[in-house]
Amino acid sequence: MPDPRGHPVPFRAWGFAPRDIPLAAAATLIGVLVLWQAGASAGLISTKFLSAPAQIARALFDLSVSGELWLHLSASLRRLAFGWLIGTAAGLAVGFAVGLFTLARSPGMAIVSALFPIPKIALVPLFIIWFGIGEGSKIVTLAFGVFFPTVINTMAGVDGVPRGLIRMGQSFGLSRMAIIGKIVLPDSLPAILSGFRITTSTAIILLVAAEMIGAEKGIGAFVLSAGNLYDTDSLLAGIVVLSVMGLIVSFVLGRIERALLGWR
Amino acid sequence: MSSVRLRADCISHAYKSLSVLDDISLTAEAGEVLVLVGPSGCGKSTLLGILGGLLAPTSGTVRMDGEARSDCLNPLTYVFQDFSLLPWRSVAGNVSLALEGTRLDTASRHARIAEVLGLTGLTEFRDALPKQLSGGMRQRVGIARALAVRPAVLLMDEPLSALDGQTRDLLLDEFAGLIARSGVTAIYVTHNLSEAVRVGHQVAVLSRRPGRLREIIRIDRPILERRPSDPDLVSLEAMLWRLIREDAATADREMKRA
Repeated sequence: MPDPRGHPVPFRAWGFAPRDIPLAAAATLIGVLVLWQAGASAGLISTKFLSAPAQIARALFDLSVSGELWLHLSASLRRLAFGWLIGTAAGLAVGFAVGLFTLARSPGMAIVSALFPIPKIALVPLFIIWFGIGEGSKIVTLAFGVFFPTVINTMAGVDGVPRGLIRMGQSFGLSRMAIIGKIVLPDSLPAILSGFRITTSTAIILLVAAEMIGAEKGIGAFVLSAGNLYDTDSLLAGIVVLSVMGLIVSFVLGRIERALLGWR
Repeated sequence: MSSVRLRADCISHAYKSLSVLDDISLTAEAGEVLVLVGPSGCGKSTLLGILGGLLAPTSGTVRMDGEARSDCLNPLTYVFQDFSLLPWRSVAGNVSLALEGTRLDTASRHARIAEVLGLTGLTEFRDALPKQLSGGMRQRVGIARALAVRPAVLLMDEPLSALDGQTRDLLLDEFAGLIARSGVTAIYVTHNLSEAVRVGHQVAVLSRRPGRLREIIRIDRPILERRPSDPDLVSLEAMLWRLIREDAATADREMKRA
């Protein structure tokens, strides 16, 4: 029999609003490490194939004290910085040109569309032939890999600038350069910075690949050499360094985004 | 008072094969407000774009007669329907944009920004970002930015249509006062007929697409003496509605079909 007072309306707008819980993130990572260490100590995980966190930490400490880590890390960071900066500078220039000028748009997009899908790692041997086994081929590999996503994100950012804002600038008599500098560049910055997140990850992947193909120094070369020697402690220590490198880059980009895009 | 008038002669415009405006000739007299009304899609905003040089007409010419004031920095200045504010700039920064690259030195620029922010009641919001402002406040910024360049002709594209009814009524009073006191020549596009009779010295009625000039109605009562409830304005509004009602209904049906 229906309740003459009616029935309460149930709340239905539940969920679909995930929140960040920093403590849960930290606890998860620590939990995984503890379980991993416990598994290794109890003999459930073979440390021959997967070193325990304590062994990896010890290897990291030894590599750090001996100076070997810094030797490899500095070589990798130098390549990463040069390759990323060259690819980014070229990508931004081409991206803006394609986004702004009719003359550059179709030719630029034709080249980008044709070359972007090529797996860049496949080009490493070609770059070695062209630029030698030294630094040149590695930096060009990184720059090449960074270039295309930068072009595409920059062009998308420029294309996404509301035409109304550009017309507003024109209606106030702003010069073309002023419109680019004061309207187009700031408005496309979110897309460009979002592209940086992709390109820094791409650059780290290509760095390791290039260093594995032909390098004596660098984290990629170090990981490969450790693998050849079945030294899983050092191998995983190298991987931890790469992971930390990625985290630091991500953190720095996050700070830059917060500083430049606080208006959003 | 502005001594500049803006004259459109035989303006026609088409987007590819779609004719939008057909042979429009009209004049915004010096120091007066010309209002453009008409059904949706009749080409009011297109005509405003042509009048301000943001759109090239398929045929016809637009001419500006008379000398702008010596302190005018941008003779033809727009106030946009969507405000067109830069979200990364503060209120003062948005106003400043219109003055950057002009002959004003920094001190004069700051003085002019302070002046127009005072005129539009934005002084205490000078450092706020657009996202921190209501729609009405954002449009005040748009108006302040336009006034800062001391325009000879102000071109306003439905400046109040993005606002809620209460804010629109409040801002309309201020707006009408600002325009009337500044004596600027203005062209004001709206679909709101009560706005048209409150701010216009002339109301040009356009037909449905392709927009043709149906009639120009003159309102002689000074803007500052007009009240929304004035019987003559109410009857004028009703007359305007009778003029465009059938066209508006037809345009609405055509849009639904499209």
